[in-house]
Amino acid sequence: MRPRPAYQVFRVVALTVVVLALIAPLIWMIAASFKTNVDIYDPGKALAFTPTTDNYAKVLQQANYIEFIVNSLWVAFAATVASLVLGLPAAYSMSRFNMRKSALVVLMARVIPGVSLLVPWFYVFSNLKLVGGFGVLIISHMFVSLPLVVYIMMGYFDSLPEDLEEAALVDGLTHVGAFRRITLPLSVPGIATAGILSFIFSWNNFMFALVLSDADTKTLPVAIFDFVGYASIDWGGLMAASTVVTLPIMVIALFVQKYVVSGLTAGATKG
Amino acid sequence: MATTTTTKPPRSTVAAPETPGWLRWVDDHRKWLFAAPAMTFVAALLVFPLAWTAYLSLTDAEGSVRAESEFVGLANYLDVLSDIERFWPAVGRTATFTVVALLFEVVLGMAIALLLWRPFKGQRWVRVAILLPLVATPVAVGMMWRLIFDPNIGLANQLLGWFGIGPQPWLSGQYTALPTTIFIDVWQWTPMVVLILLAGLTSLSDEPQEAARIDGASTWQRFRHVTLPLLTPTLTVAILLRGIDALKTFDILYATKGRGGGSFHEVETLNVYAYGLSFDYNEYGISSTVLIIFFLIIIGAMWALTARRKEAQR
Repeated sequence: MRPRPAYQVFRVVALTVVVLALIAPLIWMIAASFKTNVDIYDPGKALAFTPTTDNYAKVLQQANYIEFIVNSLWVAFAATVASLVLGLPAAYSMSRFNMRKSALVVLMARVIPGVSLLVPWFYVFSNLKLVGGFGVLIISHMFVSLPLVVYIMMGYFDSLPEDLEEAALVDGLTHVGAFRRITLPLSVPGIATAGILSFIFSWNNFMFALVLSDADTKTLPVAIFDFVGYASIDWGGLMAASTVVTLPIMVIALFVQKYVVSGLTAGATKG
Repeated sequence: MATTTTTKPPRSTVAAPETPGWLRWVDDHRKWLFAAPAMTFVAALLVFPLAWTAYLSLTDAEGSVRAESEFVGLANYLDVLSDIERFWPAVGRTATFTVVALLFEVVLGMAIALLLWRPFKGQRWVRVAILLPLVATPVAVGMMWRLIFDPNIGLANQLLGWFGIGPQPWLSGQYTALPTTIFIDVWQWTPMVVLILLAGLTSLSDEPQEAARIDGASTWQRFRHVTLPLLTPTLTVAILLRGIDALKTFDILYATKGRGGGSFHEVETLNVYAYGLSFDYNEYGISSTVLIIFFLIIIGAMWALTARRKEAQR
């Protein structure tokens, strides 16, 4: 069925407004990151300004950002790999044996406010002399990404027919072998979805790192605050720092758009 | 199952070695062996801290969690529940933030999802735009809007100036700060609702639509009486997911207003309040009490919504 012409015009106008509203602020942030602080204060230089890379030089050289980028990459990568290692078998088991109550335990982690766990975590981990190390950061980020992996993969395994595994059993494989050699290779798209989403959520996580990291293990979202002073804000530096955090993850997301969307909407239509 | 090799088809390329005993054991117990590591991990990080928080909420712990603390029974709960200066306003702000943000996100999200439903040229680009806010780091998003809403140099007031409207304080105003943070939340998370509803719409079959059209139903009638009822389960999932996250909002509030939710606590929600009590003032007893009450509110809200969902499915 073809929509009427009047509706088509309306749709073009409405969607243009939507796209502009979503993209313009991000462009504004990136533009400001290439301005001097004087130009940021000048409304006349809103779009016509001489770009400068000084802010990026400041962020990447003086502010130790390279180190924080490496920290963020390492924590997000390690948390993702560990969550997949723990989460894939768990999701498989929960899907095949219909362990919905057990799945609920894992999903509770999604519901609980992070603050209520941070005081006990901080106490235990500081007694174990672990606060300020990468271990606690990775563990705390896994707390976010593991439920995500389990949730996404349970849906994925549900949709995978059991016949293939049974055929492998007839061929003499064990159940565990069939999982490893048949189910996992078939689940690559699902694993990619879970892995990418887990990486994004870990990269963006702020509250856990705010409490559990120290000067050496700081991740990017926490490091942004180095540009916010009590009296004044270095807007150029702050916008460059914000861009450095956001842009890579947005570029990655665009390349693997299909996976991000299927991850974010996993289970939504089944209810 | 495959204990004899005689049933094996000869064309098979997979070798069937004698399964060692321990492997057999692993195989038989895979149900729990597979699930146990993940469940132990989550439970250890979840159950013990929750129990401890519940215990702390009954003590007068402060300063350091190592310090001597006394069991005070329900005194903290009486204190917190009779605190009309910080606690109840925080409850009010949490409720306002969640309900208003959800309302905008669901209405706008539904409208945008319907616009995107039928294929058209350039749909790919709209989807790209929709994905961008979702993956942007919330703290950076907060900083970005902080610049745009800056009362002196921000783009928002410059735009208002073009229309002859005077500058607004936005994030710095005592009464405008909360609406402005709600706006930021709507900007970042409406796309989430769009994606979920779009997935729901795409999975609907065309037949009920066609039937209603043949019966002469108008566009609005078809939406109201055909699409909306079919979409209700998806809509409930979207509300549930977004609602829980909106209740727990922290990053945007911390990035735009800092500790305590601003000098008048104007954006101090339960989450921000509890964070401040724990990590700025080390009032562990009181903060645990606030957190337990907060937790009960979240469970209650979830229960109410899932009960509704079950009813809708019937």
